Amino acid sequence: MTDPQSPMIDLRAVSKWYGAFQVLTDCTTRVKKGEVVVVCGPSGSGKSTLIKTVNGLEPFQKGEIIVNGVSVGDAKTDLPKLRSHIGMVFQNFELFPHMSITDNLTIGQVKVLGRSKDEATQRGLKLLDRVGLIAQKDKYPGQLSGGQQQRVAIARALSMDPIAMLFDEPTSALDPEMINEVLDVMVDLAKEGMTMMVVTHEMGFARKVAHRVIFMDRGAIVEDCTKDEFFGTARSERAQQFLSKILHH
Amino acid sequence: MDWKVFLEMAPSGGMTYLGWLGSGVVWTLTVSSFAWIIASLVGGFVGVARTTPVPWLRAIGTVYVEIFRNVPLLVQMFLWYFVMPEVLPKALGDWLKQDLPNALTLPFAAQFSLWELTAAILCLGLYTASRVAEQVRSGIESLPRGQTNAGLAMGLTLPQVYRHVTLPMAFRIVIPPMTSEFLTIFKNSSTALTIGVLELTAQSRQISEYTFKTFEAFTAATLIYIVITLTVTFAMRALERRVAVPGFIAQAGGH
Repeated sequence: MTDPQSPMIDLRAVSKWYGAFQVLTDCTTRVKKGEVVVVCGPSGSGKSTLIKTVNGLEPFQKGEIIVNGVSVGDAKTDLPKLRSHIGMVFQNFELFPHMSITDNLTIGQVKVLGRSKDEATQRGLKLLDRVGLIAQKDKYPGQLSGGQQQRVAIARALSMDPIAMLFDEPTSALDPEMINEVLDVMVDLAKEGMTMMVVTHEMGFARKVAHRVIFMDRGAIVEDCTKDEFFGTARSERAQQFLSKILHH
Repeated sequence: MDWKVFLEMAPSGGMTYLGWLGSGVVWTLTVSSFAWIIASLVGGFVGVARTTPVPWLRAIGTVYVEIFRNVPLLVQMFLWYFVMPEVLPKALGDWLKQDLPNALTLPFAAQFSLWELTAAILCLGLYTASRVAEQVRSGIESLPRGQTNAGLAMGLTLPQVYRHVTLPMAFRIVIPPMTSEFLTIFKNSSTALTIGVLELTAQSRQISEYTFKTFEAFTAATLIYIVITLTVTFAMRALERRVAVPGFIAQAGGH
């Protein structure tokens, strides 16, 4: 482990282009160990792209990202190894449809961490129990509801014993009645001190557990402040407009 | 109509015309099966190559598909059989034309050599591979990009993602179009007659020429082709059911 004072995730002036179109502009922020940071902003503002640069799923052209002391953009970095420490949860769950729930939970542990099948199953089922889905262990993803699939996806990420978790709009693809079961799991995680970077529009979640809120617009970080500052006196006009739109409807 | 013609002795091979038909079936099945093995292996690799982020692999895949898909199958038969021995180094070309045919005598009253058989199998296999490759590629590309990301995000390497995540699903998705390619290979195997492989179509034509029972000869061939292709269709459907993923509804284009 690195110095506890140094940030777990450190983005320094990150910029990214698709051809001539700039999708990220000088994004700088830090996530400390145990910190929960919510990233919000209108669609197309670059929040999903930003979070995917953290574990190298999206390459970037300028700037630097240091995760747990390792530079993500460095060609010499062992990306699979780095990624195995960072859990990620996707908007569309992305469970592997041809594997049973148990196999979904064990594949990473066995193939990446080198755990035995037994050990991996034990660990996986413990986490499945934790998200309340132990009864579904032999089912396939297609047989579960969206909310259940996303809880399995969270358990799958946790099964790798991550040092931080990235959430990319984890509730956006869910029917409204399923959002809370997923948010509850995330709130518990946050309360246990997991380092989390969460792209979401769920401002209730942000209010409840976020330490900081980042507001993005057109590829740039417009606001990066504590939760209280953000909901109290969000400074930029864009952030105020955004908040008024999603809070009063 | 005179179906008893098949029980008459044929002028060669020491068998009846029915024996000729049977020999034709054996060679149709032989050419098609070996060609299918080549087509699925080569086609699988080429199709995967075209989906990788590695530029030179993609380039090789693209060139392969465009060459083999865009030249008529019949022309390819002639290229393999007549042209290839001439463009190869002389020793190798001579070996193909002179030694390979004598390497072993084919059974079932074949009346052609191992060289014709090899050329036909290679030609049909590598041609069909280009079509299989395109099916494999589109199968992989129809999977949501997020699946690959999810695999990479948990620390799998790209080859591991292919092995455990992408290919198992792509394999299931391409079974229906592959069934159609598999059927086509049996039908296309009839082009092997142009380089002397006496398969089912060639034998039917031969029977018709010797007996003037054209209707009977080609009706028999037609029925046999239908039996073969229906068998393949049922076998592929059974495979499809066997590997079906519980709760998974094929989602063209992903979420």
